[in-house]
Amino acid sequence: MYSNKVQDFGTPARGADATVSLQIDGTPVTVPAGTSLLRAAAEAGVRIPKLCATDSLEAFGSCRLCVVEVEARKGFPASCTTPCESGMKVTTQSKKLGDLRRSVMELYISDHPLDCLTCPANGNCELQDMAGVTGLREVRYGYAGANHLQGTKDTSNPYFTFDPTKCIVCSRCVRACDEVQGTFALTVQGRGFDSKIAAGPTDFLDSECVSCGACVQACPTATLMEKSIVEQGQPDHAVVTTCAYCGVGCSFRAEMKGAEVVRMVPHKDGKANHGHSCVKGRFAWGYATHPDRLKKPMIRSKITDPWREVTWDEAIAHAAGEIRRIQAKYGTASVGGITSSRCTNEETYLVQKLVRAAFGNNNVDTCARVCHSPTGYGLKTTLGESAGTQDFDSVEHADCIVVIGANPTDGHPVFASRMKQRLRAGASLIVIDPRRIDLVESPHVRAAFHLQLKPGANVAVLNALAHVVVTEGLADESYVRERCDLAEYEKWRAFVALPKNSPEALEAATGVPAAAIRGAARLYATAGNGAIYYGLGVTEHSQGSTTVMAIANLAMVTGNIGRPGVGVNPLRGQNNVQGSCDMGSFPHELPGYRHVSDPAVRELFGKAWGVTIQDEPGLRIPNMFDAAIDGSFKALYVQGEDIAQSDPDTKHVQKALESLECLIVQDIFLNETAKYAHVLLPGSSFLEKDGTFTNAERRISRVRRVMPPLAGLADWEVTQALANALGQPMRYAHPAEIMAEIAALTPTFHGVTYDKLDRLGSIQWPCNDTAPAGTPVMHEQQFVRGKGRFVITDYLATDERTSRRFPLILTTGRILSQYNVGAQTRRTANTVWHERDVLEIHPHDAEQRGIRDGDTVALQSRKGETTLRAVVTERMQPGVVYTTFHHPESGVNVVTTENSDWATNCPEYKVTAVQVVAHVARSDWQRSFDQVADQQEALLPKSALLGGAPGEGR
Amino acid sequence: MDGRKLVRMANDIAAFFAAEPERKVALDGIASHLRRFWEPRMRREILALLDQGGEGMSEHVRDALRAHRRALEPAAR
Repeated sequence: MYSNKVQDFGTPARGADATVSLQIDGTPVTVPAGTSLLRAAAEAGVRIPKLCATDSLEAFGSCRLCVVEVEARKGFPASCTTPCESGMKVTTQSKKLGDLRRSVMELYISDHPLDCLTCPANGNCELQDMAGVTGLREVRYGYAGANHLQGTKDTSNPYFTFDPTKCIVCSRCVRACDEVQGTFALTVQGRGFDSKIAAGPTDFLDSECVSCGACVQACPTATLMEKSIVEQGQPDHAVVTTCAYCGVGCSFRAEMKGAEVVRMVPHKDGKANHGHSCVKGRFAWGYATHPDRLKKPMIRSKITDPWREVTWDEAIAHAAGEIRRIQAKYGTASVGGITSSRCTNEETYLVQKLVRAAFGNNNVDTCARVCHSPTGYGLKTTLGESAGTQDFDSVEHADCIVVIGANPTDGHPVFASRMKQRLRAGASLIVIDPRRIDLVESPHVRAAFHLQLKPGANVAVLNALAHVVVTEGLADESYVRERCDLAEYEKWRAFVALPKNSPEALEAATGVPAAAIRGAARLYATAGNGAIYYGLGVTEHSQGSTTVMAIANLAMVTGNIGRPGVGVNPLRGQNNVQGSCDMGSFPHELPGYRHVSDPAVRELFGKAWGVTIQDEPGLRIPNMFDAAIDGSFKALYVQGEDIAQSDPDTKHVQKALESLECLIVQDIFLNETAKYAHVLLPGSSFLEKDGTFTNAERRISRVRRVMPPLAGLADWEVTQALANALGQPMRYAHPAEIMAEIAALTPTFHGVTYDKLDRLGSIQWPCNDTAPAGTPVMHEQQFVRGKGRFVITDYLATDERTSRRFPLILTTGRILSQYNVGAQTRRTANTVWHERDVLEIHPHDAEQRGIRDGDTVALQSRKGETTLRAVVTERMQPGVVYTTFHHPESGVNVVTTENSDWATNCPEYKVTAVQVVAHVARSDWQRSFDQVADQQEALLPKSALLGGAPGEGR
Repeated sequence: MDGRKLVRMANDIAAFFAAEPERKVALDGIASHLRRFWEPRMRREILALLDQGGEGMSEHVRDALRAHRRALEPAAR
């Protein structure tokens, strides 16, 4: 549960405008209509005893501890289930109430182990607290009667235990799983005295439980308890910070003992997550102190040389010397840098500043290149700003939710829970995805339409949807006339109305029955508030940017942008993808998405930095690889990214990295890229530094240091040292000063300060004089670009075609328990759910190939071959296979191609023509991978890692 | 730079803009995209490939490069 230092109001807040006034213990109280007596009392500072109530859940009224007296009413109503009414006079304490509460407590305690002093919840147990506040002094029933004290503790989950002997069957865990998480994994089994909490047929690990931690957080006793608390005891202080996993950007309380994290608990006041979490943020933080953590800077001349430990000063001086040597030999443009979406805004800002000011070129890019760069291009072109239009809370006002190319329950689980709450409350759902993702049908959620398209046909489906809207008279013409560029609209309208864009004409291309597309279009256009959420299934295609623009077209033509409940919502992959893009990480844009060709913008930054900013765009990551192989690009500084694992066509990437004369890698682990590095600078985890992250809803949240950097320097300090060594002075004493510079130079950040972030908790940009507290919903009065721009989005089939040799389409993605390249999650107990990448294949395709579930198979494409274990599942459609890229030895990107989005070069991860054959031996690439891995680990000195050399001491 | 890849990338860009009903708008769009997003050595290379006959280039790419050559040529190093 929450630390008992955090106030629990008992029931959720109500947002009604109407208020009611009453008296509680003689004190006048006014609250929103619908507020419970329990909450009204708590808000007035009156604490009514309670056990089954908590403010994250609707009232249940089972424990009878929160009973009160209401003047002129009979009986003793439970204050949690009784709404406030005007004129009520409520008494919370009386002798009768005290007797009733003590009787309740007597019953609970008569069947509870009295081991408080050795219980992990000691000092933070609501049952213990209630025994105290009700004045329990004896248990008249004794302890010898029938009880539940012989239950067996379930320790199957790697992160928490379930001890039924301590359970009071208050149902808070069951309700948390239902109401908050929406998984419905838990139940109360049996009746009366036999009632017990059950998770699936055997234990938690074998159940539907997704380990979000909501049940553990809701438990008022030690029944559900984090193993870290069992082992380490209760925390002594807490620091509010922001999760470093996905783009939801959940706010957490890092609960600490000294400089050691003992628990991460979702922050109730966090505006992105409202007190909810997923298995990664809640539990998978142990990587921060994993034995593999790098703790010493190192250098070497060749990648076949052993690493040599050096001081920070030597490493920085060596790196700077190499940059200058290479520039002197090959030219200013022969070097570049890559910023990280796992690092803070301040850190990415510094890296792009380093490249533009100290390297003297614009060769800076970021991992958004391989995920959401089409979002930046597409939304900027159509709406005028490279960001999602809504806040997450907006989903509560949606009537029809469209999910395209996203799997929120795995990729963005905390937001998925919010979405499912809205779906259970009645909003309709359209899923557009080649796979039958969980959202299509899960407990109490069912998609009205699942448009199970062929991979690569997104634009065709979106054009067909738009065709139905404009030809069936469903367009919001008045919205379009008022808000959009009419000439562009007419041109687009004529295009999309062409017969070639009808659902019937496109049926062969999309694989989706025309009737389903017509039904979905009508539903989206007429449901009221239509909200589109999309992910990398949209962007990682050869028509990724076209798809984003087609989504914007569809939202504009139906009037679904500019108010709560609607919008175009990219679900960002990594925690700070939005932020890294905002901070000028792209080679053509300075912070705030301003093109380098704009002389006024160059002048602004040039003056502030004391340099001349180049007016030409720099190289994108894939261009850097090509230029490296070509011989014109020779040095690269990579902060917190693992391009050797995450980028497509691995062999091409490896060749590019081998072509560099100096690769500087700054990371917390010896990642795949570091195996090709000449300078290794230890990075710092999110727990070791101050800064900010910006999530998918443009929300800027503080990251707060809770422990010192393991290797001595935070990432921003390393970049600063490198800049100084290169003669570009950086003199920041704290990231707050970096943010002050960002705010001064970036109009959308003008109003952002650390003080304001501390005051407000978080801020959604734009934050400036016009919107001093930030902007939850964009484009409310008009689009940022003025008039919304419709763009013609012709469907063009990808060049990646199936053939007799490669008859299947491979699409890749990620799963709940792992994150991106897995560098963090593979070093946690999350591997219990995903110890290797697997290949999902439809039973028909499997049978044709003689493949059984669990077989090792070879996955072959025109680019390469690897082996994976097959999972035969009807989640896939025939002809399509799926895998993840969380484990480097899987070599999934050995198979993916260099095909990319036409506008941004975002790789086409989602469409690769492949063959799958039964196989047992590892592929040539995998054998080579094993060899390189062994060699590189042997070149690492033992003392450079937190836990000694690989394989030792852990 | 890999000329084959540059030609393919340019063709992909042209294929998007080719949907524009007005050819001039399409050619302007192609050239503007190359100018805004391609690093100088890439533009220099694609222009050199054009001069060598433009093998594999779509008609739209050739016409856009020819029509906007001056704007696309990077300043001398």
